[in-house]
Amino acid sequence: MTWSEMQPLLAQGTVDTLYMVLWSTLVTVLGGLPLGILLVLTDKDGLLQNAPVNKVVGVIVNIGRSLPFIILLIALIPFTTFVVGTFIGPTAMIVPLAVGAIPFFARLVETAIREVDHGLVEAVQAMGGSVPTIVRKVLLPQALPSLVAGVTTTVIALIGYSAMAGAVGGEGLGSKAVTYGFQRFENGFMLATVVVLILIVTAVQLLGDGVVRLLARRGRTAS
Amino acid sequence: MDTPVITTTGLTKIYRSAASRGRDITALDSVDLHVREGEVFGVVGQSGAGKSSLIRCVNLLERPTAGRVTVAGQDLTALAGRGRRAGKELRRARSSIGMVFQHFNLLSSRTVQDNVGLPLEILGVSGRDRARRALELLDLVGLADKASSYPAQLSGGQKQRVGIARALAGDPKVLLSDEATSALDPETTRSILQLLRDLNRQLGLTVLLITHEMEVVKTICDSAALMEKGRIVESGTVGELLATPGSQLARELFPVGGAPSGPGRTVIDVTFHGEAATRPVISQLSRTYNIDITILGAAMDTVAGRQIGRMRIELPGGYEENVVPVGFLREQGLQAEVVDDPTPENEPARKPVANESAQGETPALVKEDAK
Repeated sequence: MTWSEMQPLLAQGTVDTLYMVLWSTLVTVLGGLPLGILLVLTDKDGLLQNAPVNKVVGVIVNIGRSLPFIILLIALIPFTTFVVGTFIGPTAMIVPLAVGAIPFFARLVETAIREVDHGLVEAVQAMGGSVPTIVRKVLLPQALPSLVAGVTTTVIALIGYSAMAGAVGGEGLGSKAVTYGFQRFENGFMLATVVVLILIVTAVQLLGDGVVRLLARRGRTAS
Repeated sequence: MDTPVITTTGLTKIYRSAASRGRDITALDSVDLHVREGEVFGVVGQSGAGKSSLIRCVNLLERPTAGRVTVAGQDLTALAGRGRRAGKELRRARSSIGMVFQHFNLLSSRTVQDNVGLPLEILGVSGRDRARRALELLDLVGLADKASSYPAQLSGGQKQRVGIARALAGDPKVLLSDEATSALDPETTRSILQLLRDLNRQLGLTVLLITHEMEVVKTICDSAALMEKGRIVESGTVGELLATPGSQLARELFPVGGAPSGPGRTVIDVTFHGEAATRPVISQLSRTYNIDITILGAAMDTVAGRQIGRMRIELPGGYEENVVPVGFLREQGLQAEVVDDPTPENEPARKPVANESAQGETPALVKEDAK
């Protein structure tokens, strides 16, 4: 396989991977953020202390996190078909990717929110702030650097999951590596996909770290 | 001056912790507190005495187990309802009670101006009015030039000024101060206390503060209360406290030491305030009864804007022989207390609330002829 033969395959694979990862990240953030906040608020001594809700959400998140992704991918086929109409292709893959990443991200959100100094919550309570106000004006802005770091970690995990999705009718770099690199013994191509994946992951990590630094700078260093 | 702005009646807070099953912790034990309009009221006590629970119960950050809290004529405990969450009415009431904290509690993600504007955001004030008001408040606390800085760029004293400006944003009648100066060095403490005093005078703001530092009470309080084990053991205006025989707060505000030079002598603590402070009472006493008076310790200071002096003197002979001179002192309008056993190890009741701050104070010696 020559470089000119590889190029379009790699380009298509990269586009599909990014498509799957970006959309599933969006869904993951939309689903995981409220879950993570709910876990903190309903916890013991939380602002909305509610043991039953906390238990149920906790158990769901733990189940989600303990299932190996490849199993989840297959188990979710009926659900994916119900939502998207098919279980093959990059769009269909967004469903299992998001379902797999939501519990993971929810725990990262929980940790980030818990790190916010309780004194700040108390200060805003003393000003007459309601729970939604506290979440919007204290918890989320104060936890923002940790939340961004959590999104970075999640995106990287999703890149990994998306490669696995290639095994079950997905598209993307993973699928290309399996089809060409593994089944046709194209070691050169396999190596090329690995390099591309490394580049993507590195870029995501650098970008995430940069944003975290930018956000953290205003709060920490004296100018 | 006499209408109470903050009143607590039978305020009780019991913490039931699962860890100490059956062993509830009583943080507040039926506390009655009356803070009058326009005064600076200090609650002192050792850590664990319940000061913190008390101030948190005043704006219901902690729900009292029993009792009532009234602030500016509003019964907050009635607004609280049953649930854990603060209802709309309680939140509205809280927005007119300012609070400052030991660790400032500023949002590091917001600029100084946006921190000060936060209470106004909660009240729904529009952006432009918010900015104008925040700048006014920053000007009031002397930080107009720091509006666009972040809290991390400020010193401790500056952070507390921002905290105070923020607490004033909702135009409160009452300011609660939770150990506002405890994390600051002595000089910054003085400047923050001065600011609180100025605000109290300029805006007619009623201030309820808790502290473990006697110095704070001495510097700015009109009234004070001493807490021990969840109870208020002494309370009153500083003048009243100083005039109360045996007042522990008065002794701690005004420590005079000095052991008797030998047995068979009478040790008397004399407190001068008001007009009596300007008369040469000791030399009169000495001349009238022809006795030699030894001054063991003395201190003179301004407490809450009034000149106050305390002196420990020693007269020869036992108490029986000195009934007449003591009577003379009392006749002169002084407060004279006979100290039974002034040796430090036998007076546990005199242990200063805050050891370091009370003892670090070296009483300035007052010469007898100065009296």
